[in-house]
Amino acid sequence: MKTNLLLSAALALALAMPAGAQTTEINGETLAEEQVFIYRILDDIKSFDPQINTDVSGSEIMRDLFEGLMNDAPDGSQVPGAATEYTLSDDKTVYTFTLRDAQWSNGEPVTAGDFVYAWRRLADPAFASEYSWYMELMGVQNAAAVIAGDMPTDQLGVRAVDDKTFEVTLDKPLPYFPSMLTHASTFPVPEAVVEELGSDWTKPGNLVGNGAYVLTEYSPGERVVRERNPLYWDDENTIIERTVTLVINDENQALTRYLAGELHKTEVPAGQYPRLSRELPDEAYSFPRSCSYIYWFNQNENGPEALKDLRVRQALSYAINRQVIVENVLQGGQSESYNFTHHATAGFEMPEIDYANWTQAERDARAQELLAEAGYGPDNPLSVTINYNTDEAHERIAIAISQFWKQTLGVETQLANVEWKVHLENLQNGEYEIARYAWCGDYNEASTYLDLMTSYSDHNVSGWSDTEYDGLMAESKTMENPSANYTAAEKILAANMPFAPIYQYTGVYMMKPELRGWPVENLLQNWYSRDLYMVASE
Amino acid sequence: MLNYIIKRLAIAVPTLLVLIIISFLLMHAAPGGPFTSERAVPPEVLANLEAKYGLNEPLYKQIATYVYNVVFHFDFGPSFVYKDRTVNEIIAQGFPITLKYGAIAFVLAVLIGVTLGVFAAIYHNSWLDYLAVGVSIGAQVLPNFVMAPILVLIFTLWLGWLPGGGWQGGQWQFLVMPVIALATSYMASIARITRSSMLEVLNSNHIRTATAKGLPTHTVILRHALKPAMLPVISYLGPTFVSMITGSVVIDMYFSTGGIGLWFVNSALNRDYSVMMGITILIGVLTISFNLLVDLLYAWIDPRIRY
Repeated sequence: MKTNLLLSAALALALAMPAGAQTTEINGETLAEEQVFIYRILDDIKSFDPQINTDVSGSEIMRDLFEGLMNDAPDGSQVPGAATEYTLSDDKTVYTFTLRDAQWSNGEPVTAGDFVYAWRRLADPAFASEYSWYMELMGVQNAAAVIAGDMPTDQLGVRAVDDKTFEVTLDKPLPYFPSMLTHASTFPVPEAVVEELGSDWTKPGNLVGNGAYVLTEYSPGERVVRERNPLYWDDENTIIERTVTLVINDENQALTRYLAGELHKTEVPAGQYPRLSRELPDEAYSFPRSCSYIYWFNQNENGPEALKDLRVRQALSYAINRQVIVENVLQGGQSESYNFTHHATAGFEMPEIDYANWTQAERDARAQELLAEAGYGPDNPLSVTINYNTDEAHERIAIAISQFWKQTLGVETQLANVEWKVHLENLQNGEYEIARYAWCGDYNEASTYLDLMTSYSDHNVSGWSDTEYDGLMAESKTMENPSANYTAAEKILAANMPFAPIYQYTGVYMMKPELRGWPVENLLQNWYSRDLYMVASE
Repeated sequence: MLNYIIKRLAIAVPTLLVLIIISFLLMHAAPGGPFTSERAVPPEVLANLEAKYGLNEPLYKQIATYVYNVVFHFDFGPSFVYKDRTVNEIIAQGFPITLKYGAIAFVLAVLIGVTLGVFAAIYHNSWLDYLAVGVSIGAQVLPNFVMAPILVLIFTLWLGWLPGGGWQGGQWQFLVMPVIALATSYMASIARITRSSMLEVLNSNHIRTATAKGLPTHTVILRHALKPAMLPVISYLGPTFVSMITGSVVIDMYFSTGGIGLWFVNSALNRDYSVMMGITILIGVLTISFNLLVDLLYAWIDPRIRY
């Protein structure tokens, strides 16, 4: 089986990308003379090393400085990156990638050895990457044993057949494996440079990448600057000369600086989208983003008795008026949620979930019945605690939900907020009753959500498990089209209500009208500076 | 005097040691750790991480290793969260920034504050006094987290005169707003302390004598009143100077300066143990040094004080 990716890539490029750096016009629009893109991030970059970085904002920079085997196209599909094509063995476990003739920013060729080095590095227990589990998630042969230190790193299922051929062996078939390759932790690093300079290799001037840009300035807590890499294989189609990341901790301050013209893109602070989209309709954007907001119900042994009763969990979930939360609390175009997987996930078919189609009055009535059946009422009132990490938006949602529960069900709710790290610790130790959580997809496929609820997942902190669910998810791994299993899995979740889905995210941004090429259709918001350009303002 | 200095320095050593031990224990007692994250790290990966950073050792051993490295190698270790960088690098990069805007703000606050206070006292109960008191109360009730956004709104958004943040090596455009926002409320406190202390001194016997023997007013003020009136001001300035040059989280946050004020708070929230320890020790050393300096200044100003 051979997939020629070049053809589809060429097509995608022709459709989505400008025709050449020398052009002064694209789609009838004149290019701006200065091609500089400036955007805001919340916190400083934790690392420029692809195998150490764990942050979304760090990954944005990684995608400019390095290039993995595959890239995301603006529509979120995968197109060739450092690899031009791949073949898959008949048993669907061996991927063989052909690398393109590309250079590192120091002029050395990018080889299969660099990929082998980077992937072993990610799994190496001595290197201790916080994302080493991603290697396991991708199902690379022996990843688990290597990470645990039971096998040497050279036993990992990766191999350089020759300088231009990189081979990956998986434990078992994984249909969405190629879509996982745009993740920054899989990007290659130049072995010679890393070995020579040690941890200093990521400093500006030292950092050698194979991406469309090179790191030229890093002022911690202030800014990161990257400039066009003339050695990049597709440099002639790159337009943005320089991308500047500004660290601005306060989102209102970022908005002020955006309005003063210092930035081309920033986040819209919670609750301000309606006003901004009215005042600046050409600049305020809201589009789906792959994250799901939920309330865990603790069903662990140390959790409250009441929440072990399905009827109570259902009653609490039904009584949440999601429409009010989305339209009156969040006000940023988010969507109401009755399932786990983000509705815009590639290939995901939304299952028929009963209570999603009821009116809120019907849900409330059913909730009251269920809670009464479970033995709670005016004589025996239910009392619960909502835990959330300190944040204005989480607080407003918690207040709204406590009101729904109070008014509809007569449930007494205490609100308990703690700082982020304490919240995480409480979740992981099962020390909560009901807790706010959000999960963002690592790749654009439903299993990035649904795997979380298996009994063997490290992230399922609810204490709920279901053998049928586990079976469906295990089986889905080897299926050509696992859609049916995902639908069935979502139905099990809706019927068992291990958590209450609340809403699904949108990216809510301010973007200057001169900025073009933003991948609004990419659910993971994986963007690349080389896809962007600035047009001259009228 | 020399004996006194040596004695004070000798006390500083156990003080710092106690500071290190208490901070270390408190930090480790806080729930969560540097590697607690939304993507729960599997146990075997966590074990690898803890082994790499020595967090699997018993606490007393960790403290001992830490103190040994700090004292004998001046090595504050790697950051647990900002993994490309060491604590030495983070402080070496961030401290000069806060030192620069903090020291300028300090000088401004002292000059304006003392001047305002002295004039208010000399022209007690006149319009000048009321103006000075009004200004300092106004400045006092505008804390820097209110000042900073107001300044940005006026000078960046409306007038377009100054960049809304950044540092760029500390060019003057980037300094103006951080300095004003930081200096204002300190300036107000200094003005109030100076005024009340000056009023007290102006009513004392030696000033009455100086005036009675016919000295001109400016000589009385500058030569006889100012020095004793500065005593309470100086005791306020010691710790103030330290807290100004070690940065303000609000200034660093609003103006993206890259100073250590924000690093300090973030390291606590991130459980970045080594960065937090490093900055704690820096502030500890500075506080001890400037308290000593203040005490020495006392002796210089007030001949009655002898060590």
